Amino acid sequence: MPVLGLGGISAPSLLCIRRDTCGLVAEEAVEVTVRVGRATLDSLAYLGGLARLGGRAAYFTFVAPWQGRRLRLDRAAHQAMVVGLQALPILSLITFFIGVILALQSAYELRKFGALHYVSGAVAISMTRELGPLMTAIVVIGRSGSAFAAEIGTMKVTEELDALETMALNPVQFLVTPKFLAMVVMLPCLTTWADLMGILGGALFGVAKAGFTFTSYLRSSLDALYLRDISTGLIKSLMFGMTITAVGCHEGFSTGAGAEEVGRSTTAAVVMSIFLVIAVDLIFTALFYFTGAH
Amino acid sequence: MPSMTDEAQQNEAIVSVRDLRLRFGEREILHGISFDVRRYETLVILGGSGSGKSTLLRALVSLEKPSAGEIWVKGKNIAQVSGAEMDEIRKKLGMSFQGGALFGSLTVGENVALPLREHTKLEDLTIQIIVRLKLEQVGLAGFEDYMPSQLSGGMKKRAAVARAMAMDPEMLFFDEPSAGLDPIIAAGIDNLILKLKKAFRISIVVVTHELASAFLIADRVLLLDKGDIVALGTREELRENTHPRVRQFLNRIAEPEVFEELDYLQMLTEKHRPRRR
Repeated sequence: MPVLGLGGISAPSLLCIRRDTCGLVAEEAVEVTVRVGRATLDSLAYLGGLARLGGRAAYFTFVAPWQGRRLRLDRAAHQAMVVGLQALPILSLITFFIGVILALQSAYELRKFGALHYVSGAVAISMTRELGPLMTAIVVIGRSGSAFAAEIGTMKVTEELDALETMALNPVQFLVTPKFLAMVVMLPCLTTWADLMGILGGALFGVAKAGFTFTSYLRSSLDALYLRDISTGLIKSLMFGMTITAVGCHEGFSTGAGAEEVGRSTTAAVVMSIFLVIAVDLIFTALFYFTGAH
Repeated sequence: MPSMTDEAQQNEAIVSVRDLRLRFGEREILHGISFDVRRYETLVILGGSGSGKSTLLRALVSLEKPSAGEIWVKGKNIAQVSGAEMDEIRKKLGMSFQGGALFGSLTVGENVALPLREHTKLEDLTIQIIVRLKLEQVGLAGFEDYMPSQLSGGMKKRAAVARAMAMDPEMLFFDEPSAGLDPIIAAGIDNLILKLKKAFRISIVVVTHELASAFLIADRVLLLDKGDIVALGTREELRENTHPRVRQFLNRIAEPEVFEELDYLQMLTEKHRPRRR
């Protein structure tokens, strides 16, 4: 953004006739405005870059195969194994713990009203609507979002991306599309599993402290759930999957020269993915609330 | 097509560069250069660090977009062609990168097979035979199942050449083929280039700063200095050239040292360096 100015007169002197008294304040005000403006433009450009990359990946995944272009299912399957199957142990453990924690936290309040049997519903609804998709996204960001950035970033540094181009292979189609497809399929699957593990975690408390049997706890959980609790969570997880892929790959592609840049883009991918996943979560939760899908 | 000189028509230019300019931001790297690469010749682009030779090579394979000028490859101006047209041209070009740029997640064989798998409908068995042949041509027979990380620097470059040759290209581009290699291995790569030149009717463009290598493999040498061509001709013509920069380069006379950042950038990219102080 150009620095404000008119015909050679700088902005501070326009804002301030007696420069000696308020010049400094005005200068700082201008500098802050310029910085805010620049940051806003940068952020919008970043989001634009993500949208463009996500859009191209979606095109190569869903549209291009119908136009005769190959969809690399073998590579997508390999990615799905890495993104999905290999994440199961750590995801199960984390979401099981989250389930126990949720049960403990809600029991703390419910106990006061003698309503301890509502623990099952509280855990089930919190997991399916919110914490299942979110915790899955966080685990996947840590395992895969960062790996995408590191993989593509390293390929950029070692000229492998250039090599792809000189072989007439599109880097987005070749590298991003299999990841995109794997994430779009695996995130809802992982989320479903995470929901289940969370409910099992709640069952541990329910059976031990709230007078449930294992089957009565599960039945009570299912009774409390509506299909839309699960479906809104799964829609969110789908959006999280797209966001994580776009951020991880975008950071990889925008890696500069040198090995330390790969580290920078990996860190940036994790931080930005967490932020954007939470932002997307907020947008969709609000959307579901206001459109009555809650 | 731009109007070509009689000589160029006689020798049939496979690549014609006309008034090529390329800038990164404020700084112009290539200042309007013109030359031809003739069919079946080996052209060596020689130049010091920062002379713009790698940028020129990247522009020839459309990895950099020119700011102005034309690059005609096989009758098409690649500065203006669509992505799909460029892809068609690229299938006829092979490029060997400085560090090899082999895909680390694929074996050497899979690396060489990749363009064949992606662009042809050949049977897997046929592809395997072609891969073995290409690896034999570069002296890496039997290394199909090795990962790139298990290869030495020289072997990586050979494997990269095999991959570049996979689609039987009409043109091969080499970026600093002997960089980072000891003299013996580097001489081996030079011999490989000579062997390819003899065995296949193919145009080769090599970017290097190694004088010995350039004089061994080149049919013609192009000396690039600060984004301009200072000499273009056969090895003999270059040896007899009296241009001070050519003499300086061939006789390896050092530049005066520069410690100021701006002076350094100007020294690299500008013809006449204004003295600031």
